[in-house]
Amino acid sequence: MRIGQALFLAAACALIAATSAARAQDDETGKAIEKYRQMLKEDPWSNPGLLDADRGEALWATPRGPKNVSLETCDLGKGAGQVDGAFAELPRYFPDADRVVDVETRILWCMEKLQGFDRSELVKRPHPTAGQSVKELGAIATYVASKSNGMKYSAKLDHAKEKEAVALGETLFYRRAGPFDFACATCHDATGVRIRLQGLPRLSSREEARKVVGEWPAYRVSNAHVMTMQHRLYDCYWQMRMPELELGSEVSVALIAYLTSQAEGGEITAPGLKR
Amino acid sequence: MRGQNMRRAAAALLSIAVAPIVLVPIVLVPIVLVLGAARLAAQEAPTDEAAKADAAIEAAFPTAPADWQSRLVPDRTMRACSAYRNSPPKTAAEAIAQRARAAIAYPADGRLLGDWQRGEAIAQSGYGLRFTDYPPRAPNGGNCYACHRLGPQELSYGTLGPSLLAYGRARQFGAADAKAAYEKIYDSQASFPCSNMPRFGANKILTVEQIKDLVALLMSPDSPVNK
Repeated sequence: MRIGQALFLAAACALIAATSAARAQDDETGKAIEKYRQMLKEDPWSNPGLLDADRGEALWATPRGPKNVSLETCDLGKGAGQVDGAFAELPRYFPDADRVVDVETRILWCMEKLQGFDRSELVKRPHPTAGQSVKELGAIATYVASKSNGMKYSAKLDHAKEKEAVALGETLFYRRAGPFDFACATCHDATGVRIRLQGLPRLSSREEARKVVGEWPAYRVSNAHVMTMQHRLYDCYWQMRMPELELGSEVSVALIAYLTSQAEGGEITAPGLKR
Repeated sequence: MRGQNMRRAAAALLSIAVAPIVLVPIVLVPIVLVLGAARLAAQEAPTDEAAKADAAIEAAFPTAPADWQSRLVPDRTMRACSAYRNSPPKTAAEAIAQRARAAIAYPADGRLLGDWQRGEAIAQSGYGLRFTDYPPRAPNGGNCYACHRLGPQELSYGTLGPSLLAYGRARQFGAADAKAAYEKIYDSQASFPCSNMPRFGANKILTVEQIKDLVALLMSPDSPVNK
């Protein structure tokens, strides 16, 4: 055997060894992350998000705002004041607002129309910074979502405007923009990949969407607060180098409609617990 | 324009049905051309679907400053990748790659390898261009570790992109490979249309000097990537 060939073979062997070592490392890291997740889930009553669900329940029932009324006349789709199971059927089209909305946008609408809050004030800084508790609207959404805990997503999404919202959400999912060329699909259209150590669900897959979408709103350990779905999307657009996504915008509602339609049949486990 | 193309394509299809077999190759060529043109037109002009998304996006970021408005509007390449969901047909892919290749700017001094230590810092940093990053407090980062494995000492690496461990060593530190790496970082779409990787040079995320530092991280024999 000539020296050149021998060197080539040695290099090839070294490369194969390095590759399998990298795979083993990947497996080990993956296992450690999975263990951490299991520990987070082992004791569901340790989820601090439940405190925000309680806070949201009190806020729901307390007369508030310029009109000093509670939200007990707010119709989440199953009739005024009906909270049980309402989240499982959202987003939906509401004739009174003449648009399709998700849970947070519906609560926003009720806070404005029934309680007399100023919408522009509510959407100005709607999400908590790290360490801060979820805002009032988010706490109410956490309460409403927790009242569908254990149920399966069953939004009908069969009204023409609901179908339109799902279709727009799907287009937006693949729409690239900004200096990094990012779309939702950049991170969420492949199976089994990570950003740093964070696993990424493939949300274009119904099977994977069913497993994760129902965890929101979720308590985020690293930020020490509950993060709602609207906040989750706001944060995605931040990372995508886009400007601040408005709570209740057509874009956020359409993306939630798309994700919900992908997750149809999946279990709601809100509030979830995240890294 | 699209309607016209469709009608011409339909007419061509009709004629193929009645044409004798010997004419098939002659008729087929224009059909392929017409359909190709229609597909190209689809990536250039926004479809109804894309136009609706554009309008919704324009309304969804009401606090965006004036000099951020351009971020809301995709360029031709992004538009094509969105429409084709990152699997562009051959003609569209070639158009993207060609455009990207033509716009690559090379270092004025002709040197492609900078300083791998600075490159490592750039690869670690995800700072820059987010709305919380203004006024800038640090240079933009490349955040390479978010998606790639590079130096073996860093265990917190992503897997959205391929592992780049031993990148230079596996290529015998070849000059042509250093140039390819520079081009890949400058505009990933020049070699891989609709790649998920940002176009770091073309979109002015990183400077030419920073890209050289990243090439050194990949291609220098002293770099931890090659240890």
